Amino acid sequence: MTHHDTDKKKDAEGLQLSDELLSALGKFKQIELEDFQMDVKDLQIIFEAGAAGQIMPKLKLPGVAGLSGKPTSMLQTAFLPPIEKYPNSITTVKLGATKSEGGTRSKTFTIGGEVSPAFYSFENSMPHKPIVTLDVFDMEVPLSKAVKMHVKDVVGDPAAWAKLAVEKFGADMVTMHLISVDPLLKDATPKDACKTIEKVLQAVDVPLVIGGCGDPVKDTALFEEVCTQFPGERFLISSVTLDMDVEKCAKFIKKAGHAVLSFTPMDLNLARELNRRLYDHLTREDIVMDLTTAALGYGLDYAFTNMERARIGGLMGDVELAHPMSSGTTNAWAAREAWLKMSAEWEPRELRGPLWEVTTALTLLLAGVDLFMMMHPAAVKTLKDVTNYLTANKKADPAKFADWVKVKA
Amino acid sequence: MAEKKKGGIKELSPIAVYKNLPKTNCKECGQDNCMAFATKIVNREIELDSCKPLLKPEFAKQYAALKEMLKPAVKEVTVGVGEKAKKIGGKLVMYRHEFTYKNPTAIAIDVTDEMPDAEVVSRVQKTDNFSFEYIGNTLKLDMIAVRSTSGDAEKFKACVKKVSETTKMPMILCTYSPTVAEAGLMAAPKARPLLYAATASNWKDMAELSIMYDCPIVASSPNDLSGLISLAKTLQQYGVKDIVLDPGTFTNEGLADTINNFTMLRRAATKGGEELAGLPLLGIPMAAWMNKGETADDLIKWRESYIASMLIVRYADVVIMHGNDGWSLLPLTVLRQNIYTDPRKPVAVAPGLKVFGTPDENSPVMFTSNFALTYYTVASDIESSKTNAYLIVVDAEGSAIDSGVAGRKLTADKIAEAIKASGIESKVKHRRIISPGKASRISGEIEELSGWKVLVGPRDSSEIPKYIIDKWQP
Repeated sequence: MTHHDTDKKKDAEGLQLSDELLSALGKFKQIELEDFQMDVKDLQIIFEAGAAGQIMPKLKLPGVAGLSGKPTSMLQTAFLPPIEKYPNSITTVKLGATKSEGGTRSKTFTIGGEVSPAFYSFENSMPHKPIVTLDVFDMEVPLSKAVKMHVKDVVGDPAAWAKLAVEKFGADMVTMHLISVDPLLKDATPKDACKTIEKVLQAVDVPLVIGGCGDPVKDTALFEEVCTQFPGERFLISSVTLDMDVEKCAKFIKKAGHAVLSFTPMDLNLARELNRRLYDHLTREDIVMDLTTAALGYGLDYAFTNMERARIGGLMGDVELAHPMSSGTTNAWAAREAWLKMSAEWEPRELRGPLWEVTTALTLLLAGVDLFMMMHPAAVKTLKDVTNYLTANKKADPAKFADWVKVKA
Repeated sequence: MAEKKKGGIKELSPIAVYKNLPKTNCKECGQDNCMAFATKIVNREIELDSCKPLLKPEFAKQYAALKEMLKPAVKEVTVGVGEKAKKIGGKLVMYRHEFTYKNPTAIAIDVTDEMPDAEVVSRVQKTDNFSFEYIGNTLKLDMIAVRSTSGDAEKFKACVKKVSETTKMPMILCTYSPTVAEAGLMAAPKARPLLYAATASNWKDMAELSIMYDCPIVASSPNDLSGLISLAKTLQQYGVKDIVLDPGTFTNEGLADTINNFTMLRRAATKGGEELAGLPLLGIPMAAWMNKGETADDLIKWRESYIASMLIVRYADVVIMHGNDGWSLLPLTVLRQNIYTDPRKPVAVAPGLKVFGTPDENSPVMFTSNFALTYYTVASDIESSKTNAYLIVVDAEGSAIDSGVAGRKLTADKIAEAIKASGIESKVKHRRIISPGKASRISGEIEELSGWKVLVGPRDSSEIPKYIIDKWQP
């Protein structure tokens, strides 16, 4: 239940309230006499408020006859927060490992663990704040102008890019996309790609996500090499898909002690199937799900509903979906409205683009995403600000709210 | 708390509806029989009033019972009059996957009674003319919020008059002073604006105005839900018909309470059947402009936009904004369109061969996915450049190109099949097909399976016309 903030105000209203209660009760009495339907629950709530002792005798006073039925003072009724209980909770997954844990990171993160839908803090607070990992690529990639202007000095130097992401852009983690191994791009060897990981591990002390190129065969070879060379770092391996050799991947990931991103194309049945196959070798605490993120305007509605359903399903007892969720929010930039030069009324795109990413991210934040893979520094800042606001456990101050009507904007 | 009510989308069965129908199987409604009509009713695919026999006096009781049964969890309230009148609320469910959300969040842009006339007119016109074409829909703004910053009744009256002369869009009249509000209403007595706001201190006078001018009214009780539904109950008992709830919109650290209040109210309405919570919700992202201090305007617009987006996701039925820049409004109008689509149907177009202009046997052939947005984007780029071309729309189960390739919904198999099935091989004498740049990964496979030479085209379809001029040779 919400209460007024300042004590002074509370006192003043407390006095006023008992007058109002009296007349409200008098009103109900009247209504009853006139054979109106009386709301019994209201009366109960008023009695529970502790004023019953004072009020009861007055109820016996004769009612005022001949009123129109319109209330003359505020009726009081209590809003009861609609709390639900959920039979299950979301698994937690730890990312990164410190020296004492067998890795080299000075920071680690735990994600997941929710016991209510996202930010239903009237029920339960979020046990772990959603976090952000920034994209770093190991070679030149097509980037939109709005993004490029912030990273142009570090493209081609993943270690410097990672450092910039952590130190300047506030990334919690870094995603090292090893796309150079793509047979259609540079077809680099897994061993070569691992050299980049080594450099990035030296440059930053945050946990890493290790991304492949999307080719199921090459990624299997890449991840196997990563697991051989860097056991114990508790990377998030991004990602294992149904068209890879799931058993083989699960085994070497388990052996190296990493976590895995279970990636499926917007179909909860496929997500369940892949998770079931991973359970044969990995524990539930090793698995984060990526249910596919589509950009605002380009299928975000499916992504949102899919994730919201997965989260509610997970809480309601569908253990195969009760995993923390990751979103490739960078996909927001696939929307042409994020980067295209449009007519003057929609410009500047330098603001429209990152706001497109923010809108995509916040929509999915409210669906329950725990880990955001993002691109633009301004979008990252906003997402972090909002998650901080939503988890700060501070009360809104209603005292000045009414001023919005007169604000000179 | 308030009385429980029926009408949750899940409990309603076609049988329960059928029992109350005239059972004449007259087909006047266009359905084969009354049971088919009942099924359509349950799916909200037909209006109850299209059953003509049901409207006869002898079925009055059944009609009333059905109306009660079909009552949405959130009451529907109409703001404004005429063709631009806007219905808000009317929600049946809490979660989007349960059923299509009804009545997309109305977006209002403000003016004030201290703005020069010219500024009022230009802001109103800009709001009225806002328009963005998106997958066959025109995204629009909906209302004008007139704020009394002066507190002067005459100034407010003049401003409302100016606005109502400039647009037919519904208005929200914003003032806590009943005197000022009445002056505004007198300037537009039949316009049925939304009156903002009744509070614990002015509710009686505001209720009188709402009744006298037959206009909906906002009950405002910032961050105090008990106070809010108490106020709504008081207004109802006083005789006010249409009430909208304002639980307060707070920025920054107040966002947590804001999101929680909206969520609690909507859950109480949809899952708990609480009638007093079952009223449309007003969000005020404009609150971001309070105490702005030295903050740059663009930053406030950015904040206002993302707060509006969060409120669109979390149940606001109407929002009031100040920033009216295209860059800050476009993301949230697109989001609103996305959130309010039917979650059951993928937005896809029919696969097959599409013909642009008057192509001949040497004209370019391209392919794309059947995701509606992808198709319309590509189609409009080809059309606007007046390129003569064939476009093969491949059934990618409604996926975009990149996610379709990644998710194996747009595969070389399907593309090869689509080329065969399209009959294109008898229409052109070359065997060269332009692939979207984002499908370059599978171009080799397509060549193997189809026998066509694949030219990897641009990553964005806006570059198709230029690509064809520069690169196309049959």
